[in-house]
Amino acid sequence: MWTYNKMLQYPINIKCTDPKLAKVIISQYGGPDGELAASLRYLSQRFGMPDQKAKAILNDIGTEELAHLEMVGTIVHQLTKDASIEEIEKAGLSAYYTDHGVDVYPQAAAGFPFNAGVLACKGDPIANLQEDLAAEQKARATYEKLIDLCRDNADVLDPLRYLREREIVHFQRFGEALRGVQDKLAEKKYYMNDNNC
Amino acid sequence: MSIEENRNCGCNCMCNEEENTVDCDMRREMIQEIRCLEFGITELALYLDTHPEDEKALCLHRKYCKQVKDLKDKYQKVYGPLTINYPCNKWRWLEEPWPWERGNF
Repeated sequence: MWTYNKMLQYPINIKCTDPKLAKVIISQYGGPDGELAASLRYLSQRFGMPDQKAKAILNDIGTEELAHLEMVGTIVHQLTKDASIEEIEKAGLSAYYTDHGVDVYPQAAAGFPFNAGVLACKGDPIANLQEDLAAEQKARATYEKLIDLCRDNADVLDPLRYLREREIVHFQRFGEALRGVQDKLAEKKYYMNDNNC
Repeated sequence: MSIEENRNCGCNCMCNEEENTVDCDMRREMIQEIRCLEFGITELALYLDTHPEDEKALCLHRKYCKQVKDLKDKYQKVYGPLTINYPCNKWRWLEEPWPWERGNF
């Protein structure tokens, strides 16, 4: 179970509305390499892990991703909340506005809604952890593209840089967990025949 | 003070009064310190998940956990609950701005 903490993991205070940036940043909310996909990927994969370290790391990183989901949602919300209808039209958000107003809806930058097809639970711990390593790299790359696109807005850049750094730490931890699982699966198995029973 | 500045303050206090400005600053400082400690705890926890034998990390984790507990108790007594398992005489969960709102702490 989880307990909600009424605070952001990293502070966000965006002074100026800018729906154009929201339109691309929303991809890290509900896009293929976004935080919703990340949290669901890890929290779903943890059930099938063969060792304690891998279960723990998937559980704890999956939990941190939920905090990041809230951060990305906050950025999108603050960028769109007070936008005028003209600003929304100019940002190319008329279609989004038609279906969602300025609610924060999990979708990719290109407009397609969140799809669980972007996360795999393969029934194989090695395949799953390799997928997680790739997912962290893809999320890092996405944040770097967003950082390019948001270069003129310091209020947005600051939390994006923080989120990018977390992807790197998670990649490191998943690499260690993968090594642990590989070692465990490579252990020699001994079967003892107990004659007393 | 302009409306914009007032909004950025974020708390429900009227920040054009000097005393409350000080209170706002103190609150912001306290929540930032809590956030720093929580970050340290998260980072250490992830590290300890894959390095459970590291005594130095474990010791630091223990230290930050104690510090954040004391600081959160102090903060919540004055500014209201950070989680729903903080006991109140009056339901203060609704009183403060939510983290996603502009001017949050």
